[in-house]
Amino acid sequence: MSTGLNVETIKTDVLIIGGGTAGCYAAYVLGHSGKYDVLIAEKANIKRSGCLAAGVNAINAYITEGRVPMDYVDYAKNDAKGIVREDLLLSMSEGLNEVTKVLEDNGLVILKDENGKYVTRGNRNIKINGENIKPILAKMASGQSNVKVLNHINITDYIVQNNEIYGAVGFDVNEKKAYIIKAKTVLAATGGAAGLYRPNNPGFSRHKMWYPPFNTGAGYAMGIRAGAEMTTFEMRFIALRCKDTIAPTGTIAQGVKAKQMNGLGEIYETKYGVATCERVYGTTKENQEGRGPCYLKTDEITKEQEEELYKAYLNMAPSQTLKWLEGGQGPATQNVEIEGTEPYIVGGHTASGYWIDNNRATTVKGLYAAGDVAGGAPQKYVTGAIVEGKIAGQSIEHFLDEENKNDSDKYKISDKDFESEALKYIKKYNIFLENKESLITIEQAEETMQKIMDTYAGGIGSNYQYNETGLNLAKEKLEGLIDVVESLHAGDMDDLLQIYEIKERMTVCFSVIEHLKARKETRWHSFAENMNYPDESDDFNKYINSYSKDGKINVITRELVDAKHKLLFSFDDNNNVHFGGDV
Amino acid sequence: MSIFINGQKCAGCRKCVEVCPGNLIKIQNGKAVIKREKDCWGCTSCLKECKTGAISFFLGADMGGKGSVLSVDEAGDERKWTVTAPDGTEKTIVVNTKESNKY
Repeated sequence: MSTGLNVETIKTDVLIIGGGTAGCYAAYVLGHSGKYDVLIAEKANIKRSGCLAAGVNAINAYITEGRVPMDYVDYAKNDAKGIVREDLLLSMSEGLNEVTKVLEDNGLVILKDENGKYVTRGNRNIKINGENIKPILAKMASGQSNVKVLNHINITDYIVQNNEIYGAVGFDVNEKKAYIIKAKTVLAATGGAAGLYRPNNPGFSRHKMWYPPFNTGAGYAMGIRAGAEMTTFEMRFIALRCKDTIAPTGTIAQGVKAKQMNGLGEIYETKYGVATCERVYGTTKENQEGRGPCYLKTDEITKEQEEELYKAYLNMAPSQTLKWLEGGQGPATQNVEIEGTEPYIVGGHTASGYWIDNNRATTVKGLYAAGDVAGGAPQKYVTGAIVEGKIAGQSIEHFLDEENKNDSDKYKISDKDFESEALKYIKKYNIFLENKESLITIEQAEETMQKIMDTYAGGIGSNYQYNETGLNLAKEKLEGLIDVVESLHAGDMDDLLQIYEIKERMTVCFSVIEHLKARKETRWHSFAENMNYPDESDDFNKYINSYSKDGKINVITRELVDAKHKLLFSFDDNNNVHFGGDV
Repeated sequence: MSIFINGQKCAGCRKCVEVCPGNLIKIQNGKAVIKREKDCWGCTSCLKECKTGAISFFLGADMGGKGSVLSVDEAGDERKWTVTAPDGTEKTIVVNTKESNKY
């Protein structure tokens, strides 16, 4: 083939896909013990990739003095109206404070009082300077002899046969080169999915969004295609943010106690409830019913407080400080307008993602998941994602120890079979590179997908509301877009990356649609506002899960798992997964 | 919202190319250029990486931008952020990287 890519084959014990928060920490844990070779494959560069690029304003998941881990479980459970995996939340919560200390030991600045105790912000938060948190994590991960980092490699497909993973395939986002990575275990740490829906600023600033626009659901899509069980994709996440800049509102709301106020000057935040989804819903409703625009009432703060807000935002969302300074009116003189974002799928804030056991193993043998890509445990924030990375790292080590004990050759698949399977995926890369240029561009395809989701699957344009007829139409229209996407032309590897980002988001969209249809109730306003079923129903005190088989998405329900029971997966000789533990 | 790279100041060192979480910067004729300015997330990682001060950050008109740019200088524990208006007037905020956020 004229466009043929060079192919490099690599072997490793552990492949970590995505060097973000969870991935870096898992590498740190595995590197620390030093038993196994680890390879991080990262689409960008681990120094600033993922959610933490600009920094973070606080540690939002911490067990403060007088509280216990179960309090955090209860908080997350209440916020999600019961649809959480308590077992996952508990094991996560139990590790929050320890990893915070490790971060501090590695250079994270945490505010302390005169007695040397962390200064809290509310019941679960501590104050930090988190601007450099990602470089700290990246350094912890990479500074170890058995950890190798491959930056600028986009992984597109797992190699899974008979429900067992053998590695993955990807390409260099700059050079004409493909990678075949043979691994004994794989950790999916690719983050969640942005860009499924039309964004807040669809024009020049289309990527000024809450979630990283570069997190496009690769891990979800690879898992879905490989037949992994997924959970709760219908619990979308919509953030309440500062208008235009999509900068955080929590810093203002909690920091200077600013209240939500509508265009008539009425404080409305208590009217709708204080769960995360209700704060978004209230703002949406006020606008919908003609009482917008909505604000955080900041015009009573002092100039000193304003100055501190400027600094806080420079440490995490510099565009907000620029907007204040450029406009000549800071928050002390002008209330801060707020809006809801487009919906995202993100397991760090809601319960969407891989259906995992308490070891963070997925239903595919040898495949683990941690961070935003892993489901069941909302309100993870940074420290929760880190704990999941830690647990996954430890579980992977245990898994490899056991495999070695059994003296089984974990590379059960021959090199030849592995490569011929991998080359099927690489052939697809070449097809895009060889496709003829057409009048339909990558950008058009992306905007079409986002328009479909916005209109028919509850985006900003439809006030986050949807019904079954619309969802069916979304599915039909997306199906019509598949051929368009498959015929896109990649002029270079950067184009190829963008095409794969659309492909993976489309895969996630199809699953989201099925999940939204399956939850025939409205439990979470705005996050899943089903207009056919506007009320909450006890019939849906359970998880909506799904798995893909022969290209068809199968939806199933599962009973809730509480904190007293730990779900643990095991695999029989045919690699069928069994749910065990205490459940 | 996006970044502006001053070609006269750019040394072509590739640090911004390496760090951009969106892989959005490339070297062309020895200078850094942004591939698609609409795809910038606004994280300012490249500004912090640049040692010659060649990169600044601006808000598009759709976000209320009027042509001011934000740039950053680092000296020891201090990070000096400067907003420069189109008429050249400057506003500066210094953030100590060893101090926690108040909020």
